[in-house]
Amino acid sequence: MNSLELRTATTQTGKRRASLRIAERIGIHNISLLVALAILVLIFGTLRGDVFFSSRNLLNIGLGITILGVLAMSQTVVIVAGGLDIAVGAIVGLTTVSTAMAIQATGSPAAGILAGLVLGGLAGLVNGIIITYGRVNAVIATLGTMAIFRGIAFIMSDGQSIAIFSDTFRFIGIGRILGLPLLIWILLLTAIVFHLFLARSIVGRNIYALGGNPVVARFSGININRYRVGIYIMSGVAAGLAGILLAARTGSGQPVSGSQGLELEAITAAVLGGCALQGGKGTIVGALLGVAIIGVLNNGMILTSVPTFYQLLAKGSLLILAVVIAEYHLNRT
Amino acid sequence: MQSDFFSLDRISKRFGVVQALDNVSIAFRPGEVLALVGENGAGKSTMMRILEGVFAPDTGTVLHGSAPIVFSEPRDSHRAGIRVIHQEPEIVPNLTVAENIFVGELPRLAGVLLDWHRLEDQTDKVLATFGMQQDMLPRQLCSTLGPAQRQMIEIMRAIRAGGRLIAFDEPTSSLTDDEARRLFSVIRRLRGEGTSIVYISHRLNEVIDLADRIVVLRDGRLVDDSPAAGASEQTIAKLMVGRDIADLFTRETWQSGQPLLEVTGLTTDHVTDVSLKVRRGEVLGIAGLMGAGRSELAKAIVGYDRRVDGTITMNGVPVGPNSPHAAIVAGIGFAPEDRKHEALLLFRSILDNASLCVPDRTSTFGFFNRRKALEIVSPLAAKMSIKAPNLDEQVSKLSGGNQQKVVLARWLARQPMLLILDEPTRGIDIGAKAEIYRLIDELAASGIGIILISSEMPELIGLADRVLVMAGGRITAELSRPDIDEATILRHAMPQSAASLGGQIQ
Repeated sequence: MNSLELRTATTQTGKRRASLRIAERIGIHNISLLVALAILVLIFGTLRGDVFFSSRNLLNIGLGITILGVLAMSQTVVIVAGGLDIAVGAIVGLTTVSTAMAIQATGSPAAGILAGLVLGGLAGLVNGIIITYGRVNAVIATLGTMAIFRGIAFIMSDGQSIAIFSDTFRFIGIGRILGLPLLIWILLLTAIVFHLFLARSIVGRNIYALGGNPVVARFSGININRYRVGIYIMSGVAAGLAGILLAARTGSGQPVSGSQGLELEAITAAVLGGCALQGGKGTIVGALLGVAIIGVLNNGMILTSVPTFYQLLAKGSLLILAVVIAEYHLNRT
Repeated sequence: MQSDFFSLDRISKRFGVVQALDNVSIAFRPGEVLALVGENGAGKSTMMRILEGVFAPDTGTVLHGSAPIVFSEPRDSHRAGIRVIHQEPEIVPNLTVAENIFVGELPRLAGVLLDWHRLEDQTDKVLATFGMQQDMLPRQLCSTLGPAQRQMIEIMRAIRAGGRLIAFDEPTSSLTDDEARRLFSVIRRLRGEGTSIVYISHRLNEVIDLADRIVVLRDGRLVDDSPAAGASEQTIAKLMVGRDIADLFTRETWQSGQPLLEVTGLTTDHVTDVSLKVRRGEVLGIAGLMGAGRSELAKAIVGYDRRVDGTITMNGVPVGPNSPHAAIVAGIGFAPEDRKHEALLLFRSILDNASLCVPDRTSTFGFFNRRKALEIVSPLAAKMSIKAPNLDEQVSKLSGGNQQKVVLARWLARQPMLLILDEPTRGIDIGAKAEIYRLIDELAASGIGIILISSEMPELIGLADRVLVMAGGRITAELSRPDIDEATILRHAMPQSAASLGGQIQ
């Protein structure tokens, strides 16, 4: 096409209805997520409107999803790159323990934070090396390391909960800035960082290329091994951050409690948010909407007194439903 | 018997923007070998897929005698007696010869057990009719057979299952001379028995020798349907291309400058001891049959395949092994043969695909800068006349020719010194082909060295300064203008042959 044709094409796009353009910008997928979210809010709002819409409860939902939010975003990056990390829940448990122990030993919250991030990163490095250089399928590799990391957390803590007595550190979990809990500020900040990284940076675009087609990525000069290891390290560090937030919120380091099943929820949120498990597709905004849906669902089920066992049933079904819908869309396009 | 033949009646089929078949009518007569020729993308394979029941035509009908038949899946066409023998034989390697020939109709004992005795007897008979007793045993595993034998198994299966129309899609591309000759005698026998034969090949000498009637397709239209007697390679080729072939290729200059790429003793798992040189402004053609190692040579040069031995230098500077990145930095660009799987991110935009290899020039502080990317890609898209509503169009929605242009734009954005093009015109229409030929000429004239891998002889003959012929992962000959001709290339491309195929068919 010559430049003249190009110009006509752009004006044509310009003439299209503004509402349509806005819809296109948000994305059809994200609109359907918003609709799903609205339906959930409507259901729980009708059933328990008295409690559900209270500012306390809304804040509760927000607090409840911070940790999951961080994990869903990092999981999105991993899935976009064509991988999967099911060890994240175990890494969260491991880092709560190591953070608590570091604070106990040194009394310094900074040392605790450093310990959490470094250990998370190391755990991710192990995953990345096994998957990239050991050529092990990502699901199997992280299934194995999930057990290993849980085991290490148990050994380090001797199976006990380790209390944290640093007020400075606890402030991360319970403090407020400008009326909003610090945890929510942290979630917003990481969301902005993740979004800019994945959607706008060159590295992020290369991650889409890598997940979309590793052969093309390699022919284009992308060092795919280095990218893969790097992505699992990132996932480990993000899990470390989530572990620090969890420890700060609960005031303790625990090998299992609070971190079990997080990988399931994180993957569910990412897939709900539009990630294709084949890689190459997915957005941070979508993942956050997925997280919001899970958060509202969890909260609503508690408010309406759905028994815990049935909550598990709902969560598992949601993941499978999300994948089925994603596959259906993938096969239609 | 008069009505017992198949025909196509005014068949049309469209894929997106490409009219693959346009109002084509052909009768397949019993006891006749009908050759189907045309360039890649002329509609031959689409026609085969319609005959086979893989695609349904948009308009028009497949007729059996005068009765229309509708195939909703390949099984229907098999039942009607139509069989297509593909280039890659569709056999199960871990089953025996007998089982592969009789698959679907294995003789049974007591309704459940396989009657090996009868199966072996029946297979012996089939092998005897085809004179294949020396080549394979009924109980032999098919994984131990060579490509020609596998093809024979498909043919035997087709005949055994009552095939009355058998189509061969480029059957000789992976056969040796001797194997090809035996295939031709089998085809002649089938014709004598009243089977309709459709024979697709690029080798016009074969076609003229074997066929009774030649149908020429061009851009989805039937342009000629006439007896083979009296046809010559020149006349057919002209009909295929629609003009004198020589007109398509415009090499303005035949200059060659300083040495650019030098490959010495390059060895990977797929190519052995390859040495070659490319000068600035030179077009080096690489010829060879399927599986000769041409694409693998390209992958070896760009560092995709692991280098076992050998050196590569660009302008005298060594290029590090096993790193496509190092090759790109050294100024080498590579457009692979398989665009959809090896070159393009199908679900990303033209802009994303074209700017993939120039991250430094399309970013600010590590973040993608759309304005910069547009400044680089827009002029290239205009120069190559990429047809799309805008540069945000998903690449999967473009035609083959435009997809190839996007790949070329990606490399031109890098301003490479050497461009390796692997089958750059495969599956694209004639107009886009001519544009790509013109581009190759322009690039060479501007001093870029080009390695052109192609299966299309006219392309090599028309564009290349020199041609290297490959067989079995090695270079078997180097030809320079004006010694580049089809017969010489084929002679060196055949794995173990001395004489040209043309002389072998009689």
